[in-house]
Formats: sequence, C-alpha cells, structure tokens
Amino acid sequence: MDKFVRLDGLVVPIDRNNIDTDAIIPKQFLKSIKRSGFGPNAFDEWRYMDVGEPGQECTHRPKNPNFALNQPRYQGAQILLTRQNFGCGSSREHAPWALLDFGFRVIVAESFADIFFNNCFKNGILPIILPANEVGEMVRQVEATPGYKLTVDLPAQTVTRPDGRVLNFTIDPFRKECLLNGWDDIGLTLRHAEKIREFEARRRFEQPWLFA
Amino acid sequence: MMSKTLYDKLWESHVVHVEEDGTALLYIDRHLIHEVTSPQAFDGLRLAGRKAWRPSSIVSTPDHNTPTDHWDEGITDPISRQQVETLDANIGEFGALAYYPFKDPRQGIAHVVGPENGATLPGMTVVCGDSHTATHGAFACLAHGIGTSEVEHVLATQCLLQKKMKAMLVQVDGKLGKGVTAKDIILAVIGRIGTAGGTGYAIEFAGSTIRGLSMEGRMTVCNMAIEAGARVGFVAVDETTIDYLRGRPFAPKGELFDKAAAYWRTLKSDEGAQFDRVLHFNAAEIQPQVTWGTSPEMVMTINDNIPDPAKEKDAGKREGMERALQYMGLTPNAPIQSVKIDKVFIGSCTNGRIEDLREAAAVLKGRHIAANVKLAMVVPGSGLVKRQAEAEGLDKVFIAAGCEWREPGCSMCLAMNADRLEPGERCASTSNRNFEGRQGPGGRTHLLSPGMAAAAAIAGHFADVRDIM
Ligand code: SF4
Repeated sequence: MDKFVRLDGLVVPIDRNNIDTDAIIPKQFLKSIKRSGFGPNAFDEWRYMDVGEPGQECTHRPKNPNFALNQPRYQGAQILLTRQNFGCGSSREHAPWALLDFGFRVIVAESFADIFFNNCFKNGILPIILPANEVGEMVRQVEATPGYKLTVDLPAQTVTRPDGRVLNFTIDPFRKECLLNGWDDIGLTLRHAEKIREFEARRRFEQPWLFA
Repeated sequence: MMSKTLYDKLWESHVVHVEEDGTALLYIDRHLIHEVTSPQAFDGLRLAGRKAWRPSSIVSTPDHNTPTDHWDEGITDPISRQQVETLDANIGEFGALAYYPFKDPRQGIAHVVGPENGATLPGMTVVCGDSHTATHGAFACLAHGIGTSEVEHVLATQCLLQKKMKAMLVQVDGKLGKGVTAKDIILAVIGRIGTAGGTGYAIEFAGSTIRGLSMEGRMTVCNMAIEAGARVGFVAVDETTIDYLRGRPFAPKGELFDKAAAYWRTLKSDEGAQFDRVLHFNAAEIQPQVTWGTSPEMVMTINDNIPDPAKEKDAGKREGMERALQYMGLTPNAPIQSVKIDKVFIGSCTNGRIEDLREAAAVLKGRHIAANVKLAMVVPGSGLVKRQAEAEGLDKVFIAAGCEWREPGCSMCLAMNADRLEPGERCASTSNRNFEGRQGPGGRTHLLSPGMAAAAAIAGHFADVRDIM
C-alpha cells in the first residue's frame, strides 16, 4: 500500500447523498480478477452515455458533459467532495480500487458507509468526515472557483482551504499510523500470531463443535 | 455483575488482542467465500507466500455469476466462467471445509447455503466478502460483510480488525397482520431510520414479533440490516434457533449438540442491558411495503400514493426525491397500485428460501400472471431449496401460473449473469437493493415481499396481497 502523508490536490464535487458502490463501479466490472484497471469505469453509468462492458476501450465512448468528472476544469482531481452516506450498499472493494485508479487519494464527505470507509484505509485512500455546513460551504466555493485546491495534512489532521481557513478532522490513531507508513494490516496482525494460536487452542477446547 | 447485551457477549468472546486506540483483533470462526470478491485476496496470499490460516473455517460456493438456466451449456460468458474457474482453482489450492462448485446439488447463494448446512452456528463470528453477511446474525452470530483486503486478512490470520460499534435495539412487538411478513418489518424499519440510520451500530432485533418469526423470517430481517446502514444485525437464540439446527450436516451431533445448545441458550441480552439507541415498532401497524425510489429507505405502504417532492421542505431531500421519481418514471400523488410492471423476480439471499417460495406459491396457486408481465422468474436460493420446493410441488404451481422455474443463484438480484432488466423496465423484486441500474442499466426496481411480488405478477401492477388471499 502507498503511504499517505500530505496532499495538495484539485477538488471535484459530486453533490449528492447516498452514492452507493453500485454507482461507483457497476457490477459488470466486478468480473475482473485483478485489483487494478477499474479507473476508466469509475461512475460508469453517470460518466458515459452508453452502457459499458468489461474490457472495452473507454476513450472513444460518448461522455455525459454534465457529469463533473468529465468537465475540463476538474481534470486531474485527486480529492472527491461529496455529501452523506458515501459508499453505501455493496461491500465491493472494487469501489475504492476504482476511485484510487481514477486518481483519488482523499474523499471528503459529511458521512460514509461503514464497510466502504474501512475499505478506503486498506487501499491508501484517506476518507475525511467534515460537518455538513463546512461541506456545503466547500461545494459552493469549488463550484465558484476554477482550480480550487485543498491541502490535506495527515500528521496535523487538517484540511486547509485556498482562503487559508483550516479545518480539523479526526482519525483513529491506529489507522493514521498505518496510512502514514503504508503498513499492510496482515503483516501487523501476524506479529500477534502466537496470541491467535493460543486463543484458537482455547476455543477448540471449549467449543469443539466449531472445529468440526 | 454488569448486564451485557448480546453484542457485548459476541464481541468479548472473540477478542484476541486490543490496540491502544481500541482497534481489536477478532477471531473468525466461519469464512464464506464466493467468486466475485475473493480472486484478488487469494492472489495477495500467493504473492506473499502465505497459506490459509485455517482452511476448515472456509465454506465456499460460486453464486453471483452462475447462470440460472441451460446448465447443460455451462457458463457461456467467458469472463464469468473465468471467475468461477478461478474460485475452483483457489479452493483446490488453499483448501476448505466444504466447497459446492457450480452445478453441485448443494450449490447456491452463500447466505442460504451456510445456514441450511448447519455451517452457521450460534455464537460464531462469520465473515464473507459480501455485505449481506448480516443474514447469519439470525443465529446470534456476529456476521460482518467485509471487503476483499479483509478477505485476504482473514484468510491469512483468521482475524478481522474491528472497532466495537454502538448497540441499537430494534424492538418489534405484537401480532403481524395477515399477509404481512418479515420483509415488511425490515422495510418499515429502514423507512423509519433511513439507509444511514444504523451506520456505526450493531442492531439487535428483538421483541415478541421477532421471536414469533421462523429462522427464515429472521434471516430476511437480518439480511437487510446493511440497508439500514448497520454492518451487523442479529437475533438472540431461542428454541426456534436450536430446533432449526438439529440434524444439519455441520451442526454437532448427540451429546455434543446438547452441550452446544446449553451454551447457545446464553446468547441473549441480559435483563437491563443498556443500548445506545432503542426503537420500538408495533407489528399490528406494519402494512405491506413497496419501495418507490432508488434507495431502500424510499418505501411506502401498498395503499398509499407516490410521495410528492413539492411537500418536502428539506431541499436536499426534495432533489433526491425528484431525481428518484424521474429515474423510476413515476408521477407524484398517483396510487402505487396503478403502476404497471414488466417483470417479477422472486429469489435472492433476502427471499430465496423455502418459506419465501411457499408464500409466493400460495398466492399464485390456481392463478396466472397478467398478460403485460413479460417475465416472472422464480430463482431458488440453493439447490437444496430447489429440490425441497419440487418435492412439495411448488415448481408445478409456478409453472402453471406462467412463471419460469430456474436454477439457484443470485440471478437478477444484481444481474451479473444473463438475468437482467432492459432500460426502462419495471420489476417487482423480492431482493434487497433498488439502486439505479442494480438489476440492469436503466432498470427500475421495486422491493417487496414474495407474497406481494406474486400479487403484482397476477394483477400486472402493484397490488395488495391481502385482497387476494
Ligand atoms: S442474492 Fe443479491 S444480495 Fe444476496 S449475495 Fe447474491 S447478489 Fe448479493
């Protein structure tokens, strides 16, 4: 996993509540057995005017000009700004894979769905929760200001707006540590292998039916 | 001693280690694996030169991609076939307690297969790379839907990294009206608390109505906890749970069963246990439900009119409603019963069990689907459900009514196989998600119970199942 420390990135808003993982990456693309290559199909049904198929070359497909991700001013965006309950629905990790492959490293929202939120950290994406009024204000600013960038500082846990206003966010210390170092959870967990084996042995003794 | 919730008990009995910030390593007893969310996880293991920590915790079956007809032709879509074959190979390499490959008599939707084989036992932690893993909570399990990185993590370490959630109690009491089912309960709950209402919570479903439900009904309720935003939902153990498990292949036998059952009976919230949020529902007030929008919280009762965004004061909500109505092709204030349907889907991990099929068949018996219904599919949740239904003659009822009787799988719940809606088509569906494009690009999904889906099939439009019972 890539480390995440600081980012000075262009922001694109998708001003909707309850964006589900079916919308982020439609099911036909889940047939891939790889982790990469989902970026061109991120938000496929909103981005393109035709129906996308896996394996298809996307550069010449008809694009929906009204969708933010297609607008010239937002090209190269690394920060996605959105509203409530982002990432709800299916647990598919293809959703953060698609967002990452598209180029997003930070998602700022009023709230996230649990599984999606969790999946972000496993892939080096930083999900940031900010209060609704701050998100609303930011959406207005982004729309009014071409080239709008935010500076995200993970060690300091701050987001800085172009006008200098600094917003603080919270993050679990353990997750922060993992992101800052690009640590892989499995390696970390296996430091406790002995404890896991002891727990398992006790469980096998107390509830043998679980080990049939 | 402090009173504990069922969640406290399930949590505490699985904690292996806790980090300073409260992140815990939870031991995982059962790992269900299907073809869509696992290939990248097995690849990760291989790349790191790791083995599966405890292959005997794994129960696996392909379900999302498998076709539901023409099984003699195999899986004709090459990409789907590759995914299913990749699962065959991965299980072959890493091992499992049980693997039910494509066409196996026990193959089916993972969340139907686990419980019916007794592979889901009370007090277990259960995970699957699938958000509807909450289904297994019906057995007082702590059952989490997980992402692919977590699938790999559980494969490699037999543990899941988790922070303890808050506890919510959804208490449903009283007698359900005729024709009102478990599906209506959970849709009514989602309608009240919203799709994010349960975010960060573990939901315990309790009360006399829940206790009165069969295991099938409890699974339907827990299945959709995720649609209320909760990653896990569960029900305490009672005699219904224990009776269901007796004699299932992976359930303990003889004395060991009795010993296990004695422990299982402790899996309930103590008197006076504290919850962070408590909601009460009166079963008698719950009416048959049907969704009108593109989120499960956009739900109404069958005798109501389609909501009018003009009456919504919150601007954000109003816009969401307008967008949903436009996508769904619906007119505000019209009775939902006037809305015609094109297709019917009876199946999925929410409502693809034997009881669901019985409920639909009872309505369809001696009747025929309406002329404007192009397709009514009945897709059993597993091979075992299919054969049980055939033994009871339900297949004949469905076929005589003009329905198609299919092979088991996820099918049109998410339309990864050939079963899907065409743009603009409207479907009465017993599945769990009505998101845009869920059942096919441009498709319009209305969620309801199996009885209500059958009633809609007969009428050709949404109808009140109570009128024809
Ligand atoms: S039936 Fe639908 S919800 Fe259930 S596991 Fe299959 S695709 Fe997912």
